[in-house]
Amino acid sequence: MRYKFEIGCILVLLAAYLFTYLEVNRFLYVAGFPILQFVMIATAWNILGGYGGYINFGTAGFLGVGSYTAVALIQWLGAGIVEQVIIAGVVAGFLGLSIGYFTLRLKGVYFAIATLALAIVLETFVNNWDFVGGAAGISFLPPRKPELLGYVFIDSKGGALFGNTKEYLFFIMAVLAVFSVWIARSIEKGKLGRGLNSIKDNEEAAECMGVPTLRLKLFATTISGSLMGMAGAVFPSFLTFIDPLTAFNLEFAVNSLAMPMIGGTFTWIGPVVGAVLLGTVQQWAIVTFSSELNLLILGVLLIFFVTVAPHGIVGWFMKKNK
Amino acid sequence: MSEPLLKVDSVTKNFGGFTALSNVTTEVGVGERFGLIGPNGSGKTTLINCISGMLTNDGGNIIFDGQNLNGMKAHKRTAAGITRTFQIPRPFHSMTVMDNLKIPIEFLGIAGASQKAIEDEAMSILETMGMADKANGETTGLTQIELRKLELARAIAAKPKLLISDEAMAGLTGNEVDEVLEILINFNEQGMTIIMIEHIMRAVMQFSHRIICLDAGELIAEGTPDVIVKDKGVERAYLGV
Repeated sequence: MRYKFEIGCILVLLAAYLFTYLEVNRFLYVAGFPILQFVMIATAWNILGGYGGYINFGTAGFLGVGSYTAVALIQWLGAGIVEQVIIAGVVAGFLGLSIGYFTLRLKGVYFAIATLALAIVLETFVNNWDFVGGAAGISFLPPRKPELLGYVFIDSKGGALFGNTKEYLFFIMAVLAVFSVWIARSIEKGKLGRGLNSIKDNEEAAECMGVPTLRLKLFATTISGSLMGMAGAVFPSFLTFIDPLTAFNLEFAVNSLAMPMIGGTFTWIGPVVGAVLLGTVQQWAIVTFSSELNLLILGVLLIFFVTVAPHGIVGWFMKKNK
Repeated sequence: MSEPLLKVDSVTKNFGGFTALSNVTTEVGVGERFGLIGPNGSGKTTLINCISGMLTNDGGNIIFDGQNLNGMKAHKRTAAGITRTFQIPRPFHSMTVMDNLKIPIEFLGIAGASQKAIEDEAMSILETMGMADKANGETTGLTQIELRKLELARAIAAKPKLLISDEAMAGLTGNEVDEVLEILINFNEQGMTIIMIEHIMRAVMQFSHRIICLDAGELIAEGTPDVIVKDKGVERAYLGV
């Protein structure tokens, strides 16, 4: 079937929307939201890291910039979530472009170190910016009855599209996750994806074969950064509180590279599989064991996969099928 | 002689205090088979790197097809018509043989060409190389000669006016050397200008119309193969006597 993927996307969104109608335990949104967020972050990371072979440790930086762009917009203009997401995407994309321009001359581990430094620099900056709460963080209440063009779309008494803000943001996150998977897949199947793959395999040879390597890498950092920023933008509204420790948490950096590596970096479905699997295990571990144990699980799984199945779960299954 | 395809004009390249190329001047004519020889470390690959844009020359000019290449990025030079191969083959190892060839065709060819057209073009190059049966195989399964041929095939897929073959025959057996030589001569006869860097003297002497010899970054001899073999400077550079 020709539009199998597109139909799949619509079905996933439909399922996410219907899910908000089920009278289920509220915790499922709280657990489901980060899983969707991780699908988006892992997918965004994979555009540069999986296709292009440039390991980005600065996920937390892009995510934090997205979160704090949203916070600043709420503080300044009382902006709604859609504006927050779009502008955070633009800001984080621009950050990606400029960081890319300055660091992409660095290769391998040097690039990774530069991106790690980015997250720390940005966190320090936000720690000292009182307007968005500084180091103590900031909390705010979402608008009770947000309107779009005069239509109330959240009403706890029913009759609107969503019953409460958590459901609404859960759905927004689902839309964003599907959107980023669609972007990643479009890149992978096209000329851009093949160009990025050639850079990963051998950058000099790629350049000599006519691939504009710098331009492709800048494109990848921009798109990847922009998607990470969008994923971060929804965060403050969902938590109703944000502080630099949460927004710039290095756990994001670890997760965003572990998930694609465990799922498989060479295809769009790898990060999705990795994020859903690891995200679920982590949420389960957080409520059943301890909130710290989930990092241990992640570490053990990462070591296991890097040594036993370097092409991830998807690679493992594809080999079996051959 | 008509306007040369490539003019190397007093090109100099330093690595810190070490002069890898000093004032190298030469010309390569359209359709010529040009040999570049010299002992290890004499600057052959550095010169190729300067021409292909992997390195930037510190002094002098490189003029290709009437256009000064100084400051031009490597991928633009490939688009302008200069393609090089690498001493140690550098295949795109995550791709099939066919996909390796599709990269230059797709990035340098006509925008919006159909996948079918791109694949047909890649296939016809693989056929002339005798590698059609390997098209859908992984590059990791290739033998040394196949890797060399893939390196050449991928370069030819970029449709160069000037092909620079950097030791395409190193490590090959006598028969395999003849096979690669035949491929190169065949492409030259179709109008492709070729610079061959080679340590296998039999091959480079048989192949070239004209040869230059570098030693310690300086051009020490230039001429037809029979002039070069008799040149005292070349003899000294290679044998140290």
